[in-house]
Amino acid sequence: MSDNRITRVFAELNARGEKALIPFVTAGYPDLETTAELVLGMARAGADVIELGVPFSDPLADGPTIQRASQAALSGGINLRQIVALVARLREQTAVPLVLMSYFNPILSYGLEAFVSEASRAGVDGLIVPDLPVEEADPLLELGDARGLALIPLVAPTSTPERITRIAAKARGFVYCVSLTGVTGRHGGFSKKLAEVIGNVRAQTGLPLAIGFGIAEPGQVRELAPYADALIVGSAIVNRISAAGENGAVKAVQNLVTELKQALVKK
Amino acid sequence: MLPDERGYFGAFGGRYVPETLMSALDELGEAYLHARKDRGFQEEVEYYLQHYVGRPSPLYFAANLTRHAGGAKIYLKREDLNHSGAHKINNTVGQALLARRMGKRRIIAETGAGQHGVATATAAALFGFSCAVYMGAEDIRRQAPNVSRMHLLGAEVIAVEAGSRTLKDAMNEAIRDWVTNVENTYYLIGSVAGPHPYPMLVRDFQAVIGREARRQILEINGNLPDYVVACVGGGSNAMGIFSGFLADREVRMVGVEAGGHGLETGKHAATLSRGRPGVLHGSLSYLLQDEHGQIAPVHSISAGLDYPGVGPELSYLRDSGRVVFTTAKDNEALDAFQLLCRTEGIIPALESAHAVAEAVRLAGTLPSTATVVVNLSGRGDKDLETVIQEVGQ
Repeated sequence: MSDNRITRVFAELNARGEKALIPFVTAGYPDLETTAELVLGMARAGADVIELGVPFSDPLADGPTIQRASQAALSGGINLRQIVALVARLREQTAVPLVLMSYFNPILSYGLEAFVSEASRAGVDGLIVPDLPVEEADPLLELGDARGLALIPLVAPTSTPERITRIAAKARGFVYCVSLTGVTGRHGGFSKKLAEVIGNVRAQTGLPLAIGFGIAEPGQVRELAPYADALIVGSAIVNRISAAGENGAVKAVQNLVTELKQALVKK
Repeated sequence: MLPDERGYFGAFGGRYVPETLMSALDELGEAYLHARKDRGFQEEVEYYLQHYVGRPSPLYFAANLTRHAGGAKIYLKREDLNHSGAHKINNTVGQALLARRMGKRRIIAETGAGQHGVATATAAALFGFSCAVYMGAEDIRRQAPNVSRMHLLGAEVIAVEAGSRTLKDAMNEAIRDWVTNVENTYYLIGSVAGPHPYPMLVRDFQAVIGREARRQILEINGNLPDYVVACVGGGSNAMGIFSGFLADREVRMVGVEAGGHGLETGKHAATLSRGRPGVLHGSLSYLLQDEHGQIAPVHSISAGLDYPGVGPELSYLRDSGRVVFTTAKDNEALDAFQLLCRTEGIIPALESAHAVAEAVRLAGTLPSTATVVVNLSGRGDKDLETVIQEVGQ
């Protein structure tokens, strides 16, 4: 998978001594056209990798912000096929690595083989499935490996060293370290175990390490940056989209991405 | 003995949850396997089932209902007579004792009809846990008496306004709570659903229903029943009674799902009749979903059956053909509800009325030498308002 866009971007950043900013938007929120503009806008503003959330009716790892965005997108009739098609269109305009974050059932319903083959052909680089632990991941992992689609695993503050060893052995692209015990967008401080968990992951893999969940502000970016190769920001971006309304969303999100990226670059 | 080590019943089951919960599920699985082998734990469970829940529950020959149906003899397994009014207490007492053994202080649960919520709040009061119950706002409206019961028992009832505001959404929110508070909280799932080991341990705690029923029918009748009938939402009362007869190949089993307004209307909760395999709430099982894998809205007059998923072992038993599944519509359940009230003086839960409807229909097609055992999983006090609204006085 050396030709995967994710791997290349992390190698380039590493050579420059920089860290990656990975913003997340819910695909189809408020509509697919805006999602396309948001992706291109965020890439211009300095996003290194972009996560596209696939809306699901029952997003049990997500807090209220992404729940609401997912519900709104589903009410607009969004589905996984349209999101794969959106990636294919975006690929004509940007080389930024694109990662889909989807619960397992929409992928299962699509058909694992059909999904992996069509997503990778469209230009999807990675896949994060929050309800697919390493024990259940093999079928999707093997299909992804055959097509160069990285199955990016999550590690939590509650993951034991034994679990981390197992997860790291099957990690592709990067490892997503969850910063807290809780759902996305939660406030209330990062886990005290975070540094220890990250140490355990580092000991098991040379892959880049991204921290996500509950990161909303430049101050938090500066706090966590020393521990990670990348930081993921989701709910805070979706909140900007909601607050900005119809026309201002792209500008508002670009501003936030610029701000966060600056916090990440500044020593 | 199913499930296998990874929690699979054939192709169904497993663990599809966020990584944050995986260590807790490992811990629970280990604690349960130890407890299951521990004579002391088993005796403790038995003690409370006997002296607190009131077991064994009777197996009652419903002579008047049998006469009305005009065929096979109908026996009712009287789980409605349990303390707190339904079979749910068998499981909550068992799991609460397990939680105590694991050193947990706080219990959370989801509830649909409120029966599991009440049973959880009851066990929490008994064993001194703090308790929070998630309940869909729509269900809070239609099951008000149970909400009051939970409050009286000291539980916090948290209204869930998301999605369809029913059982499915309550379970989402309970899982989110567990993801957040996993280090000190025990999630007491009420059905044979969810990630491994829940489908196994809930079945095991409910298996007392089937063990008793098998012994009782042999005592009363001298032979095994021809049919065992139970309603199926998530499937805990069904697995409880079916598990006692699975090895008896001559006993046929029927699961009755909620037909709602009728399968053709799309307004039903007949997961095994109309769904296809998918992943929801931690396990791979039959699921009512749209072509894109989004969970479909479901409907049943009974809040306890109003769920788009079903326990993985029931999916396995469906595909293997060991259990046959059928449906009873809202109006059929309402008719059976009133029929049981007037023939036997028993007010059943609307959930259980679905099983009664099928049993009466089935008995009518069988000779008088045949026997049908019905799991009367709960009593209907909680449903009075719904029924009065639907049928008048």
